[in-house]
Parts: sequence; C-alpha cells; structure tokens
Amino acid sequence: MSILDLFNTALFVSTLRMAAPLIFASLGGVFAERSGVVNIALEGIMLIGAFVAMTVSYFFQSPWLGVLLAMVAGGLTAMVLAYISVTLKGNHVVTGVGLNVLALGFTGFMLRRLFNHAGQSPVVEKLADWTIPVIKDIPFIGEILGKHTPPVYLAFVAVIFTHILLYKTPFGLRLRAAGEHPRAVDTVGVDVFRMRYAALWLSGMMGGLGGATLSLGLLSSFVENMTAGRGYIALAAMIFGKWTPVGAMLASLLFGYAEALQMLAQTLGLTFVPREFLLMLPYLLTMAALAGIIGRVSAPAASGKTYER
Amino acid sequence: MDKRPPVVEMRGIVKTFPGVVANRNVDLRIYPGEVHALLGENGAGKTTLMNILYGLYPADSGQIWVRGQKVAVQNPNAAIGLGIGMVHQHFMLIPSFTVTENIVLGKEPVRSRAFVDMRAAAETVQELSQRYGLKVDPHARVESISVGMQQRVEILKALYRGAEVLILDEPTAVLTPQEVEELKDITDGLASQGKAVIFITHKLKEVKEMSSRITVIRRGEVVGQVSTHDVSAAQLANMMVGREVDLRVAKKEANPGATVLCLSNVEAFDDRGLPALRGLDLEIRRGEILGLAGVDGNGQTELVEVVSGLRRPTSGQIQLNGRDVTKLPVRGKTASGIGHIPEDRQRYGVVMDFSIAENSVLGAQHKKPFAAGISLRYDRIRQYARRLVQEYDVRTPGIDVPVSKLSGGNQQKVVVGRELDRDPDLLIAAQPTRGLDVGAIEFVHRRLVEHRDQGNAVLLVSFELDEVMALSDRIAVIYEGKIVAVVDPNETSEEELGLLMAGGHVEAGKGA
Amino acid sequence: MASEAPKGSWVNRVAKLDRLWISLIAVTFGVIVGGVIILSVGKNPISAYGALWKASFGSTRDFGEALVSMTPLMFTGLAVAFAFRTGLFNIGAEGQFIVGQMAAAVAGYAIVGVPSWLHITLALLAGALAGAVWGGIPGYLKARLGAHEVINTIMMNYIALHFTHYLVNGPLKGHAFLPVTQTVSNSAKLWRFFPPTRANTGIFVAIAAAAVVYYILWRTTIGYDCRAVGHSPDAAGYAGINVSRTMVTSMLISGAMAGLGGAVLVLGVQHKFYDLFGFTGYGFDGIAVALIGNNHPVGVLAGSALFGVLSRGSQRMQSVAGVPKEVIGIMQAAIILFVAADEVVRRIVRWRRAKALQVATATRDEVEGGTV
Repeated sequence: MSILDLFNTALFVSTLRMAAPLIFASLGGVFAERSGVVNIALEGIMLIGAFVAMTVSYFFQSPWLGVLLAMVAGGLTAMVLAYISVTLKGNHVVTGVGLNVLALGFTGFMLRRLFNHAGQSPVVEKLADWTIPVIKDIPFIGEILGKHTPPVYLAFVAVIFTHILLYKTPFGLRLRAAGEHPRAVDTVGVDVFRMRYAALWLSGMMGGLGGATLSLGLLSSFVENMTAGRGYIALAAMIFGKWTPVGAMLASLLFGYAEALQMLAQTLGLTFVPREFLLMLPYLLTMAALAGIIGRVSAPAASGKTYER
Repeated sequence: MDKRPPVVEMRGIVKTFPGVVANRNVDLRIYPGEVHALLGENGAGKTTLMNILYGLYPADSGQIWVRGQKVAVQNPNAAIGLGIGMVHQHFMLIPSFTVTENIVLGKEPVRSRAFVDMRAAAETVQELSQRYGLKVDPHARVESISVGMQQRVEILKALYRGAEVLILDEPTAVLTPQEVEELKDITDGLASQGKAVIFITHKLKEVKEMSSRITVIRRGEVVGQVSTHDVSAAQLANMMVGREVDLRVAKKEANPGATVLCLSNVEAFDDRGLPALRGLDLEIRRGEILGLAGVDGNGQTELVEVVSGLRRPTSGQIQLNGRDVTKLPVRGKTASGIGHIPEDRQRYGVVMDFSIAENSVLGAQHKKPFAAGISLRYDRIRQYARRLVQEYDVRTPGIDVPVSKLSGGNQQKVVVGRELDRDPDLLIAAQPTRGLDVGAIEFVHRRLVEHRDQGNAVLLVSFELDEVMALSDRIAVIYEGKIVAVVDPNETSEEELGLLMAGGHVEAGKGA
Repeated sequence: MASEAPKGSWVNRVAKLDRLWISLIAVTFGVIVGGVIILSVGKNPISAYGALWKASFGSTRDFGEALVSMTPLMFTGLAVAFAFRTGLFNIGAEGQFIVGQMAAAVAGYAIVGVPSWLHITLALLAGALAGAVWGGIPGYLKARLGAHEVINTIMMNYIALHFTHYLVNGPLKGHAFLPVTQTVSNSAKLWRFFPPTRANTGIFVAIAAAAVVYYILWRTTIGYDCRAVGHSPDAAGYAGINVSRTMVTSMLISGAMAGLGGAVLVLGVQHKFYDLFGFTGYGFDGIAVALIGNNHPVGVLAGSALFGVLSRGSQRMQSVAGVPKEVIGIMQAAIILFVAADEVVRRIVRWRRAKALQVATATRDEVEGGTV
C-alpha cells in the first residue's frame, strides 16, 4: 500500500461512522465527570439505548421515535446511577459496573421475551441517510461529508451544543463548579445534587443517543452486547480529550480512524502491522495521556467523590 | 449604637450533634456598623452557631430574627436572601475558575436570556472591589492569587450578593501580619458603610485590635457580651477558658548538652513547587525545648516535614547527632532517633480505622519485637499496646477498638505515648495540643518537659504563642522560610515576638 | 465544622457485623428481584430456583461442575479484594486473568522434560507472573504518576483481549484452522479428582490462595502496610511506609491472583488457550464477589460459591424451567447495585442506633464533649 491510502475516502467515511457513537457517548462522559460523577455505566447506557431504539423502530416503524426514546431510556438509566451514587452516596464505579451488568442482562432478557430471539434482533427500519446539498458536489470532501446516516451530522451538532452549554451558560458554570468544588457550590445556594442529577440526565441522553446510533444508524438491528466496550472507549476519548467537548470529539475521531483503519486494513493492503495492534491503539494512547506523556491532563477535582452536606 | 435595632438577633439557639451539645441556649445580637467578635476556644461552638445563622445546619430549637422579623434560615440561599454572607475558614473558591466566575457563581448576570454575561459580571466585580478598597483583579485565576487576595474574593462574593451582615470564620488564621492589618482596614471600611461584620476567632490579640464588641462563648454557652474597650485581654482570657489562665508549666532550668539536630542552609519547596524554606539554619541541643514561633505558612510545615523525612530538601544539610541524615526517608530518620507528633493527628498520626493495638506500633511495625521477618507478632503488639494504654492513661474500652472511636484527647495520647515511648533523641511536637481540653493539654505539656529532662531535644511547633512562651527554653522565629531570630523566652515579650514573626527586625538586621 | 463534632462518635461508626448483614440483605434482595422477573414471564420462581439449585447440588456430577465454575471467581474475587484493601480499584482482573491463561498455556506446552509437580508449579507461576505484570503496570502508573487505576485497568483489559487475540491467531496458533494454542502436556494438567466431572485440584489452589491472602493482609508487615495505605495514605507516609511502593506491591499481588486464576482454568479445565471473542466475565464478576464478600478472603470464597452456583444454574433454569438465563445477570446486577447502595442499610442501622442512643447521649455529653 502507499501512504496515500491512509487518506483514502472510504477510510474517512468509515472514520466518521465509527466516531459518531463515540462522540455522543464521550460527551455523555464529559457531562457526568464535569459535574463530579464517574460514569462507567456509559457502556450499559449505550446498550440500553441501542436496544430501545431498535425496539421502538420495530413496533412503530419510526426510527426517529426510536432515537428519542433511546435518549429517554439512557437518561432514566443514568438516574439510577444518580440515585445510588449521588443520593445514597454509593461508590460511582461499583454502581456503574452493576448497571453495565444489568444492561447486558436486561437487553438479552428483553430480546428473548419480545422477539424470541437470542443474539440478534430482526432487521428494523433504520434512519434514512442525509445528503447535504452543496457539500456533496465538492470533490473529495463531498465524498467524505456529503452523505451519511443522520447521527454522524448530529454528533457534531451535539459537540457545539455541549460546548456552549458548558462554557457559556449559568447552568454550565454551575455544573463545572460542582465537579471542582461541590461545597463551594453549595455555599452559594446552588443545589449540588440537582446539578449532578441534571448532568447525569444529559449524560444518559447522550449515551442513549450513542447507542441508537449503533442500532439504527450504523446497523438496522440490535445485536447482543453490540456496544462491545464502546462505552469504555468513549470514556477513554473523554480523558484523551482532556474532559472537554471538543477534545472528546477529536479523540473520538482519532479512535474512529484507528477502528476504520483496522476494518479496512485488508482491502487497503495494510498488512505490515497486525490489525489487533490498531485496535489496541486507543487504549494505549489513553494510558499514555493519563501518564502525562501526551500533555498534562487533570480530571475535575471532585470527580468520583461523593458529596456530603 | 445600641439604640439602633439589631440587624440580626439569635435567641435561645440549641444545637446538638450525636454525643455533643454544640450550642446551649445561645443569645446573640448584632448591630449594623459594628465589627463583632465571636470569641471562644476551639470547639466552643462558634462556627456551629454561625453555620446555623447561615443556614448550613438547622438549630434544634431557638429563633433567628433579622431586622425585626422572625425568619427561618433553611439553607444558605435563604441566608443570602436575608443579606447574610459568610466567608468560611477554608475558602469556598474554585481554583481553576477566574475571580469573576467565582464571585458570580449561582447569581450570574445573563444576556440574551441564556448566556452568562461575563463582561458585565467583571465590571460589577471591579466596581465593588473599588468601592470597598479591595483591589482585586476580576480576570485573575484564583489558583494564581495569594491567600489574602482569595479572602477578599470571598468577601466580594458576599458583597456581590448584597450581604449586610458578613460572617468571617477565623479570617486571620491564614494571613500574614500585614494582611491582617489590611483586613482590619477592610472590616473597618465595611462597618463605616453600615455593614455588620461578625468574626469568629480564638485569638485575643486580634479581638482587641479589630472588634468593637465581643461575645464570648464557652462550651456552647454565651458567657458574656462586652464592648471591646471595656475589657482587658486578661479578662477576656478568663471568660474564654473559665478560669485564670495559667499556662506556665512547672519546669526546672534547662540544662542543654550536646547538639542533637543541626540544620544548615536548608532549602525546600512546598506542595505547589514554590520555595518554602530558603536557607534555614537551626540547632537544637539535648535537654532543651526549642519553640518555633511564626505565622502559619512561613515554612513551619515544610520544616517539620524535612526533619521528619516526609519531604526532601533541595539543598542544605541536616545532621542528627553529628551524622548526616539529609537524604534519609522517614523510616531512616525514625531509626536514627527522631520522633514526630504530627500536626494533624487524625490525618497523619493514626490510621483511624486501625485498632489501638495496630496504631501503637505504627512506624515500628516492621521492627522487632513486633515483626519477625515479614510476619507480625500480634501477641507482642497487643502486649505493648496494653502497656502503652496504661502508661499514658488512654481511656478506652480495649485495645482492639478502632482509634476512630476515641475522643480527640485520647487519640493524641496514643500518638504522644507511641512517639515518646520510642525515646527519640529528637522529638518533633507539631501543634501537640491543638483541639485538646485543658486537662489533656497539661498532660501533653508535662510529658514534653519530662522528655526534655531525660536529656532529649524537643522541637515544639505551635501557633499558640502562649504555649511557645510557656514551654520553650529557646524560641526560634521563622519568617518566610528562614529563622530570623532566636530569643530567650524570659527576655522577650509577645510584642517583640509578634514583630519578629511579622518580618520586622530588632536592630541587628534581617537574615540569619 | 468537623472539628467541633468528634469524628469517631459512636453513632457514625457501623460495626463490622453490619457488613455481613449488608451482603445477606443484598443477596436476598437479588433473589427477590429475580423472583419477580421470573413471575413476570409467567413461570414459577420456586421451580425455577429449584432447577437452579439442582444444577449445582442435584447430583455429585453437578456438584463437581459447580466447583469448576466457582474456582475462577475465587481468584478474581481475591484479586479485586486485595487491591481494595489497599484503596485501589482493580477493574483489570479480567485482563490479568486473560494474560494468565495465555502464559500458563504456553508454559504448559512449551516446557518439556520436567516432572509434573514442577511443570504445574512453573505453569501456575507463569500465569501469576503475567497477571502480576498486567496489574503492576497500572499500579506503577498510579503510584508514580497518579494516573487513575480504574481507567488504566480497563484499558489493560482491552489490550489483553486484543493482544491474546493476536497471539492465538498468529505466532502462537497451535491448530491448523482453529484459533487455539497447542494443548498443554499431560504433566502440566491439574488432577481431576472427581471424574467424569472436570473438578480439579485448582479449587484447592484457590482455597490456599485465600489463606495466603488472609495471611498477607493480617499477619504480615506487607499487609499492614497495604491496609494502612488503603485507610490513610497520609498516615502511612508519616509512618515511613513507602506509599508508592506499597501500591505497586498490592497491584502485583492482586494481578498475580487473577493471573493464577487464568492459569488454573487453563491447566485444570481448558488445557489450551481458546481465542476470546469477548471478555470471560470472570474479572467483572470478581468485583461483585469481592464486594459481597466484604473484601475478606472468607467472604470472597462464599461469594464465589454463590456466583458460581448462579452462573451454572442459569443455563439449567433456561433449559428445565424455561426461564431466560439473562435473569441471573439481572439478579447479579441487583446484588451489586444493592451493595453499592449499602448506605440504605447503614442509614436504617444508624437511625435505629441513633434512636437508642438518644437516651444515652444526654447523660454522656460531658464525657464525649469534654473528652479525655
């Protein structure tokens, strides 16, 4: 292969597709951690989102309603995390692990109950692709950006939305403050618990959206455990992106690129490096980032710590 | 002034925590235009009372009246709405946020109905800062400004919310003497503009200097409310402690022998990487207690850490009994004969969830007779703990009780006992009596003097000048990471020490 | 304010016994949740649970196989528990288990010409060593650079998964078509003492490991240091304990336990490394096991027994009672969530105790408040 193949349009198209669910979920991570809650449950939230989206699309033939309800389901799942970790002051990580186990069991169980299938759901109506009028005619760029499943475009909208919400609004200021110094927030009369509940609601919605992207955007069905660790990769992307929405997006794109590269390695003739090594790349990069090899990163000061009045 | 109606009145406040009565039927009246000191020992219930006023805790019973209206202060929001602001002892600031962001948090000016109007916010901050002479930069990040400046940000935070009553919790604890002076100017300025300032303190000197009226609290009860110029410091002290204060410790003349510890030109950084010790020289001999006097934050903590091995000096030398121990870690220092009663006993001195037995060998757990190879010998450990409990009068139901279940005084006895029992040539005692009651204080003092009399050296670090004066055979004054003077307690006065601690010089010139 | 209310006041402390109650209540809660779900699918919970019970205790043969499903959890549970005691959250038992499997498999077939006892020992050590390395890396990063071990151990799980996938499909592929390694030599196989079941001496290795963990934690200076660091890193540092080194040591021991588990599975049951298409789940279940076992070796053994029985029973429940096997997953999740929410139990206990104490406190004020 030649070096040019690394800029293959198919590769970039694939990168965007792979990155979209990660972007949503990593934004979910940003909301949660910036408010001071570690959301390991993103993996499970995505899975539930993916399942709900598929189910709703199956019964109502409306993929968009599916996406919407996936967001609600994600938000509700995150409320369980909020209740246990914020109100009951349970360990965030333990709760997250529990929710992930729950999501796996619950989706598997419901798959069997509702569809009498094990492993995979029937094929359902997916989201119709969007084509962008002017851009699709630009050479090269048009091929990459011109036509995609809607979540790919929405992911970037979500980044902008998250950025503005976090950095330009009173809500965002308070949310970030709750993750840095909850007591300070409390003493100025802002309810830390409510901020964290709100942040987790948003986090869950993003996670649900990421899941719906998998089942109705990239595929048109639900496969058991179809997230396959994407929730964790999203957390990694959030860290690699230094807990910022834009950073998380860039990291998701990088990780998406690595995934696309290993998928297309065979067709591109990329054989000098085993594809498993490409798959490992996101994890290695994240560890390097955490170790301070790639710039200094620091988590929100109060992330993962339960707050007691 | 007393003719005007009080702006805040608290009546019959009672507050209990499990096992402790923090406030017993407390009455308090605060008038506009006054600086009112709430004076009392640690644990007297001052902060609890103010937290109730600020809505952080509910009172069990009692009433709060603000401007003639009976009110319910259920949360800080309600307090803010009533014009009550509070500056906590530990600042409630977010280091990574700017001054303006910190000030407007929770009450942000909004433009286009959705976005924080940071420009307007900064202007408001600037304007407030000018009106009260606070000289704060609205755009600076809090992590990059001095502690004194951070305190002003806190004051601005309250003023921004329209505070008419400003509560300052131990505001001088973290300040340099100059900053205390400046704070006095600020509080005077606030009072002259009709605000009421309440400041919580246990320092007599500052009460005399800064307040116009004083309420003294002892063990949760008000023991008196007086005008500042009507009372003497001695009277106040009497009210505060409840008896004639006699901190003098019965001790024989010191009989100093050979040098035990010698620090020469020691330099070290603090946790933030800023120079904390800047060429410090110090010498302590056998048979003496050397007291270290200084305002908090002048390198005391780092000095203790460097000597005990918790912190590596960047240059200079530390000798113990003539041997170079500069680079030894904690364990090596302990083995060479250094004992350490740490400043924060619950954080450093004991492992709270460990039993008394396990804590009694903390630091020696790997040594004979408590360990054989890597095995712990619990029979020996328990035997030892039983002896320690007995000898140092630790009041406990048993040695297997977690230390967290003991009272503060008994926890300290475990620490003091453990460290003294190892008979160190040099004992570092950092704030050894902080938060203890009078009986426990006397106990600790007596043991320190005994240790000295057995021919050992004691380095006493205390923010209580009285304690340093009473206990020390020599007093070294630390200022900005250097020993600026060593004086004889019998030939000095609190005034002279205060001057030295503030970086002033007594003729000979500065530097050591 | 904390300074004015004594931290260690009696009411705030919950006695050790409460931990046992929390675990028992959590399990009961899980069983109820499972029962409700079984009812919801129109089945009888009693007969479903009956099938579940019989899957492990219905016959000696079932019992033998139940031992097989418990064993890996004992190791991963011990791994998680040991790290927990040092204040570290080892989510990476999964990855450590996987590399332990691989290392033991390789040692099992690559070492030749040694007596069986030595071969087994070497293969077990290889697994433990691989696990230790896998745990030690996040431990080192945590101790030296403060990099959070939760994230790093998760990352190491995936690296283990992809790395072994690479090995078993590439350089270590031991079969013409299948992605498996070569079969280990007979001299490396653990004795199956209960044929025809696959029950093997691995379970005794697990029990021995639990004893070793207990001994290390409560009878050695290493354990003392680990627990001191877990409870209070500051106090540990003050006492001359090298906090960084202790963290690394703890993660090495923790990883070794998980790696040993992988080795035991390979040498006792699988006899080769099979390509993994997803996680084994033993590492994650180990977290649950450690939690309901209160991070105590004996508790871990009990918790592993429970989870082993549950996971083995899930299949039988499905085939015999027609209850989807995922119910067990939901049940396990309920147990984990309940343990995480132990505050509920604590609150009840505390509230009841506070009530009882109210009478007593009035008279004890002087003692508690005055102190000495």
